[in-house]
Amino acid sequence: MTADKAPVIKIEHISKAFGGIQALKDVNFEVYPGEVHALLGENGAGKSTLIKIMTGVEQPDSGQLFFEGQPIHFANTRAAQTHGITAIYQEPSLFPDLDIAENIMVGRQPMRRGGVDWKKMYQEAGTLLKRLGLSLDPRTKARELSVAQQQLVEIARALSINARVLIMDEPTSSLTQGEVEELFAIVRQLRASGTAIVFISHRLEELFEIADRVTTLRDGSYVDTRSMTAVTTDELIRMMVGRSLDQLFPKQDVKAGEVVLEVENLSVEGAFSNVSFKLRRGEILGMAGLIGAGRTNVARAIFGIEPATSGIIKLNGQVVTINSPEKAMHLKIGYVPEDRKEHGLVLAMSIANNITLPVIAKFARFSWLNKKREAQAARDGSVQLEVKMAGVGQKVGQLSGGNQQKVVLAKWLGTKPRLLILDEPTRGIDVGTKAAVHRLMSELAAQGMAILMISSELPEVLGMSDRILVMRAGQLTGEFSRAEATPEKLMAAAAIA
Amino acid sequence: MIAEKPVVASPPERRFWQIFVKFRETGIIIFIVLLSVLVTLRNSAFLSADNFRDILLNISILIIVALAQTMVIITRGIDLSVGSMIGLTAMMVSYTVTGLPGMPVFLAIPLGMALGAVLGSLNGLIIAVGGVPPIIATLGMLSIYRGLIFFYSNGKWINAFEFPPEFRELAKGTPLGIPNLILFAIAVIIAVFFFLKYTRRGRDIYAVGSNPDAARFAGIQIKQTIFTVYMISGILCGLAGVLWASRFESAQTNTALGFELQTVAAPVVGGVNIFGGSGNVLGVVLGGFLLGIINNSLTLVQISPFWQLAAQGLLILLAVVVDSFILRRLKRFSSKRKR
Repeated sequence: MTADKAPVIKIEHISKAFGGIQALKDVNFEVYPGEVHALLGENGAGKSTLIKIMTGVEQPDSGQLFFEGQPIHFANTRAAQTHGITAIYQEPSLFPDLDIAENIMVGRQPMRRGGVDWKKMYQEAGTLLKRLGLSLDPRTKARELSVAQQQLVEIARALSINARVLIMDEPTSSLTQGEVEELFAIVRQLRASGTAIVFISHRLEELFEIADRVTTLRDGSYVDTRSMTAVTTDELIRMMVGRSLDQLFPKQDVKAGEVVLEVENLSVEGAFSNVSFKLRRGEILGMAGLIGAGRTNVARAIFGIEPATSGIIKLNGQVVTINSPEKAMHLKIGYVPEDRKEHGLVLAMSIANNITLPVIAKFARFSWLNKKREAQAARDGSVQLEVKMAGVGQKVGQLSGGNQQKVVLAKWLGTKPRLLILDEPTRGIDVGTKAAVHRLMSELAAQGMAILMISSELPEVLGMSDRILVMRAGQLTGEFSRAEATPEKLMAAAAIA
Repeated sequence: MIAEKPVVASPPERRFWQIFVKFRETGIIIFIVLLSVLVTLRNSAFLSADNFRDILLNISILIIVALAQTMVIITRGIDLSVGSMIGLTAMMVSYTVTGLPGMPVFLAIPLGMALGAVLGSLNGLIIAVGGVPPIIATLGMLSIYRGLIFFYSNGKWINAFEFPPEFRELAKGTPLGIPNLILFAIAVIIAVFFFLKYTRRGRDIYAVGSNPDAARFAGIQIKQTIFTVYMISGILCGLAGVLWASRFESAQTNTALGFELQTVAAPVVGGVNIFGGSGNVLGVVLGGFLLGIINNSLTLVQISPFWQLAAQGLLILLAVVVDSFILRRLKRFSSKRKR
């Protein structure tokens, strides 16, 4: 790291407000060439706004940006790009109908006398892909790529514009462990060649692995910048939420009751086979494993979305066939899905409508909806979960990730389930809300609910589960009690054949 | 740590669909060949040079306008006003040519194209700058431009005997052995092909249609790109208008009425994705060919012209259904995986 060189980009006393909300208040931030600088903060802390200002999407209300020491103003994204500042987001944003080469060079295709030089474009693209270790044909259309491959194409694009500053916003949330390692190898490569990297992630372990320094924002204000080698997880959390969360995973010990769910040799052809387990009242059963292991498939089989092709499901001792979500809900099963935006919420509808959606019949007499009672029920639900909102009429699409997840939970709690399946319940959520969700899970279990929790975050699985199942490639490869489980044992069962 | 990649459906099956998509054009060719064989069996007059020339003449104007429509469709838009623009430019140019006997007739072409440019630009402004959805904007202009024809001509038609004989030669003359109309179509095909494949603006059209948000972040000038495709549509409709008047030696208030359907059918049948982002010139030409052959064969086997409209509609539906079926299959392959 080079303290004597000037920072590539530096922002001083930047403030920005949207409507009545102050997104950034007098924030300072700088990144040096050849450093990986992590940006940390809860949802709503101002990270996205900061990035938008650095990439020219938004303009600050006050304050000044400096590029290599010179004051600068980015009127639009093109201006920022010409200076080599580019961002990669959680969801890759490529052109699905265009091929890889064109995705990399869009807007800057190499030209020769007759027009676009396709031969050169494929050549340059091929070189970049090789450099990133991707053995793909640059003529492949982007829609045929996996998420991880698409992200690498975006990085290739950044390389091709000789990015000076590469901003990566939650790049690892959809990647498998192996893909994360590959990505980090490339990040290290970029760092070594002098690129400045701004890295945003909620996974603190990742920051310790890849980042050099970390800057924390809280509620739009700058908190501190520390070197990663001189800071602890607890300090990071304290900087983010302003108080030390002494117990991130407060799972109380509950005496498990009778068996609520029993699954025998359950299989879905092509997804998983011969999965058997029991789940009792008051128990949280964690399902660990790598992405693609088949855990969500199991959940979807129990909930009737992709019904089992063989095997038996028993609820409270009775054999049941679950071939649709309606049947599952009728049997008092609830499912909080992995992808809340796609499968958990109707983003265009209000909080109230979302919460009451599965039980809307309760509020209707002769199909006439009693909106007042509906709104009240929604209000009770959201207050119980402490949803930060402007009112139950607010469109759910406007809420932060953590609050959206709370709405999904409120919705399912409203159906009074006896079995609740949670698929990655705290993905993409800030630490504060995460703790709240965990506390809630603990309370629900104490009240007698049976909970099946799928999670890819080992600390969460280890901290919240009474028992842990591990899956790998569609098979159950391990079962551990909380006492005997260790990260090494779980990883071993999850990753090694 | 061992990497775990999402498993995609069995490679052979997926490959089949990918190849099918790539060779959609081959499918159309096969269909055309089959149809031609069937029709020839019914009426051997189909396979004659005269008939072939007729088919080409019939589809030349269609292909010119269909190519314009294709560029609009690729940007996720649609231009329903093409029929009216053709009619209006045909009327205005015809009036000018018949009203100014000393005017060199070939000037009608640039005149038509200039008029078309104005009409198309108006569409472009309303859509790109005004933000009005293309279907609404062009639907409105369809009526406005058609109304202007009546307004301009006072409802009077211009008939064959009023045109100078050289005007007819614009479309039907054969100085190079082939009717000019067909040559114009070939020229437009080459020009549009080159534009879409080898110019940055042409590539921007695909980018804007494939992912408008990503296009914005990539710094592509979206408004200009969208304005351009509607202006080009106008220009090509202006050319089509002159050629139409020249070919049929008349300018009527109902010239090209309802023509827009065919200009959407040809690209869609030819593989242009109605949702935008993809499509190529060859497909459009083949689509136009198919439509032309169907129209021609329906006449040759003596089926009522009313069926032609039904046949077109059915073809569009079939093409879109097949395409979306394929697309859904391909998407399912990438999402049906172990999670």
